[in-house]
Amino acid sequence: MISLLASIPWEMLIWSLAKAVFVIFLVVLPLVSYTVYAERRVSAAIQDRVGPNRTGFPTSLLGFKKDLQLFLGGLGQPVADALKFILKEDFTPGGVKQFYFWLAPCLAMLPLVSLAFIPFGSSFLGEKMVIADVNVSVLGVFAVTGCGVYAIVLAGWASNSKYPFLGGIRSSSQMIAYELSMGLSIIPVLMLFGGMKLSDLVQYQADNGWLLLPLWGGGLSAERWLMLLPLAISFIVFTISVFAETNRLPFDMPESETELVAGYHTEYSSMKFALFFLGEYAAMIVGSSLIVVFFFGGWSLPFIPDGQGHAAAFFQNIFGDFYALLPDWLWGIANITVFFGKVALVLVFFIWVRWTLPRFRFDQLMKIGWLYLFEIALVNIFLTAAILAFTK
Amino acid sequence: MEKLATQSRIRRIRRIRRIRRILTRGFCQIRNPQSAIRNFVNPLLFWFFAAMMLAFGVSVVLNRNPVASALSLVVSFLCLAALYVGLDAYFIGAIQVIVYAGAVMVLFLFIIMLLDLGAEQRRKFNKVALVGGSAVALGFAAQLVGVLGKFPMGNKPFPELKLPPGESLNDLQHVGETLFSAHTLPFQVIGVLILVATIGVIVISKRELK
Repeated sequence: MISLLASIPWEMLIWSLAKAVFVIFLVVLPLVSYTVYAERRVSAAIQDRVGPNRTGFPTSLLGFKKDLQLFLGGLGQPVADALKFILKEDFTPGGVKQFYFWLAPCLAMLPLVSLAFIPFGSSFLGEKMVIADVNVSVLGVFAVTGCGVYAIVLAGWASNSKYPFLGGIRSSSQMIAYELSMGLSIIPVLMLFGGMKLSDLVQYQADNGWLLLPLWGGGLSAERWLMLLPLAISFIVFTISVFAETNRLPFDMPESETELVAGYHTEYSSMKFALFFLGEYAAMIVGSSLIVVFFFGGWSLPFIPDGQGHAAAFFQNIFGDFYALLPDWLWGIANITVFFGKVALVLVFFIWVRWTLPRFRFDQLMKIGWLYLFEIALVNIFLTAAILAFTK
Repeated sequence: MEKLATQSRIRRIRRIRRIRRILTRGFCQIRNPQSAIRNFVNPLLFWFFAAMMLAFGVSVVLNRNPVASALSLVVSFLCLAALYVGLDAYFIGAIQVIVYAGAVMVLFLFIIMLLDLGAEQRRKFNKVALVGGSAVALGFAAQLVGVLGKFPMGNKPFPELKLPPGESLNDLQHVGETLFSAHTLPFQVIGVLILVATIGVIVISKRELK
């Protein structure tokens, strides 16, 4: 028994667990709640309102004259939101299919699983900052997002009511349509890189320039600059598909308020509704991290070295002495910060688009998916193949 | 007395060895030199996921509710994918999830939900069909046990496959290279076949051809 226990590599297990806990509980879940907050503030700014800016401790309930303002602005708002969701009445309408009605919100948190495949940092104390560093991580992410549709379909069906059902049906046809263009649009990136391991893809971009910013290392070749055209096309197609996959405006058919009340989660209340809400924002974070990893160099920033203190050759020559001054683990933390900073920027872009563009009609949405994005992505693959054959 | 005690100890050791052999059997080990965890955890995970897969496979048949059946099939597929991953075949595992759990079963579920659900649940058991069906299934199972019991390869453990040190199994590359070099023609034929099937579906689903 003791030899058995000794044969298990505890170090690896503890590292994996620590990484999973760090990413999900310390970074992504707080990021989700503050994305909701950012959504409100940005929408308020766009509509020339103030937005939630004064959440504090409700000491006025205890007889004091004023609420205690400890936080800057309304940064306490997510805490108040969470309390509200937990304390509200959890109402289950009659006639729902109980088991599936409960199962659907649980499945809504599934997007968090695909975070396991995404490299969120270079290395920290010699440990690679990705939870599951497998050689097919791209496919892994797509596998998890492919299963994300179950939550919405089941919610729509189990609610046993018209509008949720229509929302569920819309969402499944939408997600199936856009999954295709999403998968196809990423193939030019994989063709250029020649692999499916996301951590290697980011390392390649750190050494040779981001895919959309080939300014150093091997990025200064004619091949990479010619590839900018197909890569830009695939970036646009991929971003639009991510919008559709995460049910964000202008593609939020499954829950368009003006037509379907609230779509698939009409019958849900309290924490069950909150799970759908959080799942949607978690899917947004996964989508933005994919955009960052594929096109904007993941954790890399040109003048910041990786967790071993190495930067791309060009910057190493200029700043090499400075890099050696600071300990390597500090650079590792810097990389993680850079990654989540980039993700936050993409999230702001998501929010900005939501409050700028009107919603598409459902038939228009299907037409865009099947008639335009799908074909563009297909032609883009041939274009990439032609360029690669021409330059190599 | 002492002799008896030794004998019982020997017997116990043999029993433990037998159990360990049974546990590790049925699992071909493609060992990555870096992961010692495989020796112990892999068989455990194998049996866990195999049992889950079978249990949910049975529940596909036994459930009267079509949605429950479809979802059981999804779980069964996911467990199969987990078995592939246990064999270091990440590519096949991911494809299993994408194609079956992510695409095929979603369409299944979609169609089941649009159809009338009550009919299947209300239907009564047909006793003759029940008896006849189980008789056929039992006969088939008995045959299977008979044939597999005589199969000599089942008694030998699978030879261990070792990768050269420092190399990981890049199944993605292997699959791609084999597909596009040794099996190019079948691959293209399958492509044409799928195209024909797609066109066929469009033609059939169009009510009137213009």
